[in-house]
Amino acid sequence: MTQDPTSREGSAPGGRASSIPLLGRDAEPTIFELSSPGRRAWSFRDQDLPDWSADELVPPEHLAPEPVALPEVSERDLVAHFTRLSHRQYSVDLGAYPLGSCTMKYNPKLCDDAAALPGFAHVHPSAPASMTQGWIELLVSLGDALCQVTGMHAVTLQPPAGAAGELTGLLLMRAFHTANGDPRRKVVIPDSAHGTNPASVTLGGYETVTVPSDERGLVDLEALRAVLDTDVAGIMLTNPNTLGLFEEDIAEIAAMVHEVGGLLYYDGANLNAILGVTRPGDMGFDIVHMNLHKTFAVPHGGGGPGAGPVAVSARLAPFLPGPLPVRLADGSFGWSTPERSIGRMHGWHGNGLALVRAYAYLLANGGDGLRAVAEAAVLNANWMRVALRGAYDIPFDRPNMHECVVSATRLRKEHGVRAMDVAKRLLEEGFHAPTVYFPLIVDEALMIEPTETESLDTLRALADALVRIAEGASEADHDAPRATPVGRVDEARAARHLIPTFDAR
Amino acid sequence: MGHYVPHTEADIEEMLAFVGLDSLEDLFMVVPEALRLAGGLDLAPGLSEFEVLDEVQRLADANLACSSDLVCFAGGGAYDHEIPSAVWRTAMRSEFVTAYTPYQPEVAQGVLQALFEYQTTIARLTGLEVANASLYDGATACVEAINLAVAATGRSTVWVSGGVHPNWRATLRTYAAGTGHRLVDQPLDDGVTRWPADGGGGEGPGAVLVQYPNYLGCLEDLAEARQVADRHGALLLVAFDPVAAGVLRTPGSLGADVVVGEGQPFGTPLSFGGPYLGLFSVRSEHVRRIPGRLVGETLDVEGRRAYVTTLRTREQDIRREKASSNICTNQTLIAVCCAIQLSWLGTSGLREVALRSARATRATREAVLAIDGVEATASAPTLREFAIQLPLAGEAVVERMAEEGFLAGVPLGDEYGGGLLVAATERRTASEIDAYAAALEKVIR
Repeated sequence: MTQDPTSREGSAPGGRASSIPLLGRDAEPTIFELSSPGRRAWSFRDQDLPDWSADELVPPEHLAPEPVALPEVSERDLVAHFTRLSHRQYSVDLGAYPLGSCTMKYNPKLCDDAAALPGFAHVHPSAPASMTQGWIELLVSLGDALCQVTGMHAVTLQPPAGAAGELTGLLLMRAFHTANGDPRRKVVIPDSAHGTNPASVTLGGYETVTVPSDERGLVDLEALRAVLDTDVAGIMLTNPNTLGLFEEDIAEIAAMVHEVGGLLYYDGANLNAILGVTRPGDMGFDIVHMNLHKTFAVPHGGGGPGAGPVAVSARLAPFLPGPLPVRLADGSFGWSTPERSIGRMHGWHGNGLALVRAYAYLLANGGDGLRAVAEAAVLNANWMRVALRGAYDIPFDRPNMHECVVSATRLRKEHGVRAMDVAKRLLEEGFHAPTVYFPLIVDEALMIEPTETESLDTLRALADALVRIAEGASEADHDAPRATPVGRVDEARAARHLIPTFDAR
Repeated sequence: MGHYVPHTEADIEEMLAFVGLDSLEDLFMVVPEALRLAGGLDLAPGLSEFEVLDEVQRLADANLACSSDLVCFAGGGAYDHEIPSAVWRTAMRSEFVTAYTPYQPEVAQGVLQALFEYQTTIARLTGLEVANASLYDGATACVEAINLAVAATGRSTVWVSGGVHPNWRATLRTYAAGTGHRLVDQPLDDGVTRWPADGGGGEGPGAVLVQYPNYLGCLEDLAEARQVADRHGALLLVAFDPVAAGVLRTPGSLGADVVVGEGQPFGTPLSFGGPYLGLFSVRSEHVRRIPGRLVGETLDVEGRRAYVTTLRTREQDIRREKASSNICTNQTLIAVCCAIQLSWLGTSGLREVALRSARATRATREAVLAIDGVEATASAPTLREFAIQLPLAGEAVVERMAEEGFLAGVPLGDEYGGGLLVAATERRTASEIDAYAAALEKVIR
């Protein structure tokens, strides 16, 4: 045993969560095991209505023979259970969360209060424009700001997440080409792309054509030229790409794709890096999705909800999903569906309360603040790359943008320690792990995105921990993490003996 | 620097020196000069937190909220149910709110176990064996159900009941432009679906989608829908209402293969339509086609109970262009709200919500049908919602009723003959219902 993470002396330096007190290492029972027949938390107002029974209200062929069994607990036990669960959960509010590509920045509390205002939270989505002027004005203003940030012409706020935004963009692409009598069959993506890109391409009815990256870590222009023809509907690019590198040839790529009549799709996962610095519209992109839960600080909620608005150039605007929030000639607000709209991407208007949070974040930052966000995000990621030189291999050791990708190849060869082991060791150190094994084109990849909200002290503590892990790498790392609520989890067993519910035990 | 950037000028100088740059501008040397934004973004300068709150408060005040301004009799997929303080006060703990997707299970047992409990409650409500960890909303859950069914049967024709929410059907049509699935709407007859007696010409359906209760609030005959599906070897997809499930037979027990729904009624405010919660459950034979995340129970190295996302090879980050769904970010936090609300209700509370909503709906129905000129759209049995025909357009009634302090309902489109869809939940009392009927009588007179 090289080091016992539970016996470290002294206090934790900035940004790490190793100071959280835990009272023990027992598992928390499920709410079903806490249930006791007849116990209850609920109470309801007196409706003063006739006491019609189920038999009187429901035709016999529809009436359930017995009620659905749910947990029967007191409110006190219910709240205690979920509070204990929250103590078994890492979060941005506890410490640094350098998950590459996920932009786990601090989520300002102001935005929580904005989204909780009853004037937003208790408005019915079918209520007409006359009763929802504030909501529609917010959507219009947010859309205008997002168009300004991306350099685009018009936007839909309906897509509820990034992947939904991607599919929206591909359906727009399809509608555009179909309207030109030239449907096309293929969409090009680089080999460094997020998995959602090829999956969305398939759902958009296209075939994926993959182009390799070159020795710089950028799109290989010759390989791209070789696959471009008039059957290419478009290309999906992340810029900066998933290696954290800016696609310097973007203007040439745009010209090449437009030359064959294709469209450029911008995957906004990494938009945080370029706020106020450069804009997808200025680079030549036709369609842009944004992850408001990354760039615009909507908290990720343990996996959602997010929001994935899609902005487009003028020639694609007539195809946007509808209805769109609009400012009317008399200064009031209403809805309008574009003439050749592809339809709807959501049952209502999108993830509205997430849009309120993003709008509050935009107002607080303003144009100057957004530029400062990009600068600090890029500065932090470059600092981290330089700090990790020597301890880790850096396959593309050149100026990066908001994230850097390092490799644990040498640790694997010399000590049998893999990227996943490094990740688990970092958990013991009181930090969340980076993204591992992505992008796929880097062996033993560790993708680190500090974000702009981490201080220099936190960066130092994080880098120190990563360097210490590399220097102390040994077989014992396979046992990490040891200080966490549970030890390494048997994922293979979960798939082999599937227990997806309490009742399947 | 922006409000949320911690660096001092000294920090920045030190960091720039460390990476070998002279200025912040140098960080962007890799961006070609011609692409750099000259003059910055054309956005107002940043505001203090307090000015931002003033501005969003101004916008919030320009809406009519169902909490203070209007008494809500609208439903149509978004319902005004009670949410106890325990739900948001607990779910909005920042450990749940500010966590990412549980990629590192050792430090994500809180979210993973909450999702496991959520999956269990949804499986029980639907009467099927497996539920996933959530989809975006009811509409997109229907999309995923259809994609699953087409993959399972190899047939891309889908019969869609005209009783499925019109916005959801519009969403299905939009997504079908990419997948190429052939959607055939089946019209309603007196409130319930009239299924074709034969194959309707061409390829038989690979899936049959019906909503229970349907958009007009009517109780569809699921046994008949099951027979229709069986006639064609199709899967039966049911979009159910989790509140009605408090008194109705489960769709699973009536033969559904996939059950989807809108989870908003349990723990999520009306929110102008989102974020809501896509419920999704399947028979266990379809588990390997289930879209999105699935949490499973397992053990850690010391043999302690632990939770982890499982059957991961289905998902887009591994299967890429061969994945059957592209979903990554879902609605986890809303699922946690739902799990807490369902545990607050428990067995008896779930039934109470359904019964109290049904009682309020019946009382409202009787009161408004007693008004001269108001007629029921359909005679099929309803439970928590119903459609009426009025001498005025539904939109006009909604506008006029707002002046009386009510959100009167959801105007119905031409395919339903116009009119209004009216719902009442456990929040509605006899005096509110009486006042509603009196106001309706006044505005249509």
